[in-house]
Amino acid sequence: MAAAAAARGCGGVWRRVWQRGAGGPGPVPCGPRAVACNARGGAVPAGKSGLAPWVPVVGLEIHAQISSNSKLFSGSQVQFAAPPNSLVSFFDASLPGTLPVLNRRCVEAAVMTGLALNCSINKKSLFDRKHYFYADLPAGYQITQQRVPIAVNGSLSYSLCIDNKMSQMVTKTVRIKQIQLEQDSGKSLHDDTRSQTLVDLNRAGVGLMEVVMEPDMCCGEEAAAAVRELQLILQMLGSSQAVMADYEIQRQIEELEKGGTILNETRAFDSKLGCTVPMRDKEGKQDYRFMPEPNLPPLILYDTKSLPANLNHQQVVNIDWIHERLPDLPSVKRAKLVERYGILPEHSFTLLNEDGLTEFFENVVKETQMKPKKVIGWILNDLLSYLKQHSLTVKESPVSSFLLADLLNLLEKKEISSTAAKQVLVELWKGEGKTPLEIVKEKKLELIQDQNELEQICQAVIDGQENEVMAIKAGNRKVLNKLIGLVQRETQGRSNPVLVKQLLEKKLSE
Amino acid sequence: MVPLGVAARWRRPAAAPGEGSRRAWGGEERPAMLRASLREVSAALKERRVTATELCQSCLSLIKSTKFLNAYITIAEETALKQAEESEKRYRRGQPLGVLDGIPIAVKDNFNTAGIETTCASNMLKGYISPYNATVVQKLLDQGAVLLGKTNLDEFAMGSGSTDGVFGPVRNPWSYSRQYKEKSVPKSCSEDEESNWVITGGSSGGSAAAVSSFTCFAALGSDTGGSTRNPAAHCGVVGLKPTYGLISRHGLIPLVNSMDVPGILTRCVDDAAVVLGSLAGHDPKDSTTIQDNFKPFELPNLTDVSKLSIGIPKEYRAPGLSSEILAFWSKAADLFKNAGAKVIEVSLPHTHYSIVCYHVLCTAEVASNMARFDGLEYGHRSDMNKSTESMYAATRREGFNDVVRGRILSGNYFLLKQNYENYFIKAQKVRRLIANDFVKVFGSGVDILLTPTTLTDAVPYMEFIKEDNRTRSAQDDILTQAANMAGLPAINVPTGLSERGLPIGLQFIGRSFQEKQLLTVAKWFEKQVKFPVMELEVKRHDHGAFQHQKSASFS
Repeated sequence: MAAAAAARGCGGVWRRVWQRGAGGPGPVPCGPRAVACNARGGAVPAGKSGLAPWVPVVGLEIHAQISSNSKLFSGSQVQFAAPPNSLVSFFDASLPGTLPVLNRRCVEAAVMTGLALNCSINKKSLFDRKHYFYADLPAGYQITQQRVPIAVNGSLSYSLCIDNKMSQMVTKTVRIKQIQLEQDSGKSLHDDTRSQTLVDLNRAGVGLMEVVMEPDMCCGEEAAAAVRELQLILQMLGSSQAVMADYEIQRQIEELEKGGTILNETRAFDSKLGCTVPMRDKEGKQDYRFMPEPNLPPLILYDTKSLPANLNHQQVVNIDWIHERLPDLPSVKRAKLVERYGILPEHSFTLLNEDGLTEFFENVVKETQMKPKKVIGWILNDLLSYLKQHSLTVKESPVSSFLLADLLNLLEKKEISSTAAKQVLVELWKGEGKTPLEIVKEKKLELIQDQNELEQICQAVIDGQENEVMAIKAGNRKVLNKLIGLVQRETQGRSNPVLVKQLLEKKLSE
Repeated sequence: MVPLGVAARWRRPAAAPGEGSRRAWGGEERPAMLRASLREVSAALKERRVTATELCQSCLSLIKSTKFLNAYITIAEETALKQAEESEKRYRRGQPLGVLDGIPIAVKDNFNTAGIETTCASNMLKGYISPYNATVVQKLLDQGAVLLGKTNLDEFAMGSGSTDGVFGPVRNPWSYSRQYKEKSVPKSCSEDEESNWVITGGSSGGSAAAVSSFTCFAALGSDTGGSTRNPAAHCGVVGLKPTYGLISRHGLIPLVNSMDVPGILTRCVDDAAVVLGSLAGHDPKDSTTIQDNFKPFELPNLTDVSKLSIGIPKEYRAPGLSSEILAFWSKAADLFKNAGAKVIEVSLPHTHYSIVCYHVLCTAEVASNMARFDGLEYGHRSDMNKSTESMYAATRREGFNDVVRGRILSGNYFLLKQNYENYFIKAQKVRRLIANDFVKVFGSGVDILLTPTTLTDAVPYMEFIKEDNRTRSAQDDILTQAANMAGLPAINVPTGLSERGLPIGLQFIGRSFQEKQLLTVAKWFEKQVKFPVMELEVKRHDHGAFQHQKSASFS
């Protein structure tokens, strides 16, 4: 699997169809079921929105670059940011007489993805040529799977929250029409000043999986959630790095919420601009003149039952074998987290959505006595919000899981208060290499262990707050908290509130 | 039943190739050596009766003295001599690489050859030097063969005359044979003499001419609809189209990927078996080659044909089939019958649809395959630089001839969304029916089919060009291309001479991957018919006169 992150891990085509809803004027067309909802997930009352008789239907075609060492039909290496045209075989440059040879790893990645998306895997699939003239398409056609793709009829379940409330999650399903293997094209760079086009074929022939979703979604948020889930699945399978989807989803959501129309176009991720840009206009009338690829025999897959004994196992792809080795999918992983650590389901979503966060959380849990339910609060409220504020990934966190565990242990052993713990964390973010204990010592943040000292402080607070004491004695127990707070202030957070409470109660009852 | 017609007489004279030249190899007799079979010359090399360099030089000088045939586009003199020298060293060490070591061969100019121009006889690829060898070329070189040069063809192998390439037409060596000259009625004037020359057939006409004029011992052609067998028939040589998938196509610039097969042209059936043995087998670079191991074989001398069942497909008695070819065909059937074989008339009922169906499938794949020639990565690029699109258009207009452009146009038409079902899909279905015809016939117990290869003997060039390429291809491929549709092995065996003194060949079609059986039967037939050796009268350009081949300079 490629180690480098591919900037163009995942591209998408949005097929948004405006479909007449029931009750609108005109005939109701047959075809995909239309679900009406607005961008918040609620139903659009017919006639009230400006789109009255029409309801949006969103379908997606996602192109995910397959993680493989070599290209789909040639031995050229797949690598991001290599010098232009340095990863181009004779086949990639379409030299006359060259022939495609299918990369087994790409087939396995597609089968894996198909299984993960509950597809039926076609034991016989076919390759087709799709013709168009473009400078970065050297053969004048792309090899794809138009007629009989490798996987069909799957489904993808995804969850999204209603009204942005994490507590109100709903699970929806989008049907997967098919997954097809196809070649990527090269890259054209247009130099307008010199009116030149420069072509880089490094990417030409890299394996893509095109995941075609049925138009079962009705808004950008649903689509975004579905793509996010797909992205997680691909990453978990290792079948694709699928790293760029985020931006594209965001763009599409904004576009949809602005009420803009999204053209049927393929967008590519521009790593420099940090955004996706239209690749080429697919709106223009184009007849791709599909025909069977004559140089590739039908792709035959086997299961354990149909596997012929005389075939070299290196030569065949066994669906059952791949199925047995599928890693846990995100939904299973989330359920396991909820079950194992007693955390809330919505927390499991957050953990999985951030690359490496689950591992971070589990490592902290392993190293501390603190209950996972409490640990998750520190992970989500403190760690994650700090990382987001500073645009850091989990891997880039200045505080390692070990340091955080150390800190939480001090808290758990009641050596410091939680207020002090937050202060220590502020120091830890600086990444100066100090341990939590060192910081605690340095800043004198440890809890006052001397009971006499604490009793004296408590007495001083009681003596200075006559009115409050009276109120408490009159039965207003809530005022006690104020006194606790004052003790905390006096001790600069170095007192154990539970102990302080006990001391104060004892003194007030005297 | 067996077709009847004018009684044909087997031309009696000279012995089968190889047999006549069993003499001591002396320097003076080297010309005769060029007429030897591949196996014989291989034995001579091994016994050091001749060196690879001498052999190569003889071939090169014969190529030069027969330059007017236009059989070669590129003569790779320098590399050939170097290869011969290497071969000679191996023989001296007593470690030749095999039967092919030191054997001069030629390759059709649509196979990629590293370092040697590969043009496809097209402006599009003029000057194109491929960075790699086709698998078949590599295999030949790996076995020590000496590559003399690249042979002429119709542009991108689209044609049946070897007349439609940018380097001009190939002339059939038999035009300059004593046999033809005696029979054709000369109009005394030399200008008429000039216009009397006949075509080689095609599209592998250069390879067929090269083998038949003794400039090499074997040549590679390609066969998509008959492009190896057709010129083999017209030039009086053996032309083998192996089963689809037996030989790698990697490096063969495609015409129709689903039908193209590298073809083998030799002077006798045994030689074809030798070359087949050196080329066949799985190639990881061509996914359509068979996985099974291929074992090279030697052909047995068949003595008993009584267990054979020869099928005579009645549909091959096609309109336009000349009466003399019909007569040869009939005679051949009788030959088998008289030797005890079972000869039965069979039917391949969908044969009639084959050529139309072929036209659709061929042009569709051509349109697709030619899309890569856009002037960007390699080949011709027009100076037109207004826009990328105008550059494409100009490049393709300048690079391709009318035949290629016409096929691209019709192919794209058939592939259009609104036509695909009506043309391409239908043609594929018909193709299946045609293939099934063969399956049924072979399933009924027939071992080999016997048919004519061409409708007539070779026609004079002036006659040939009166019809356009499309019409000619449709006529000329009619008896050969069904084997391509079905992927079956087929071979042309030179059978006799026509009334005009030109070669006539018959075709044997075998079962898939049953090359050994096919060639064994072909060899038996070859031995019976004793096809005459061409008596070449080489025209020497500088003198403008004709010389009898015996006095021609071969040294």
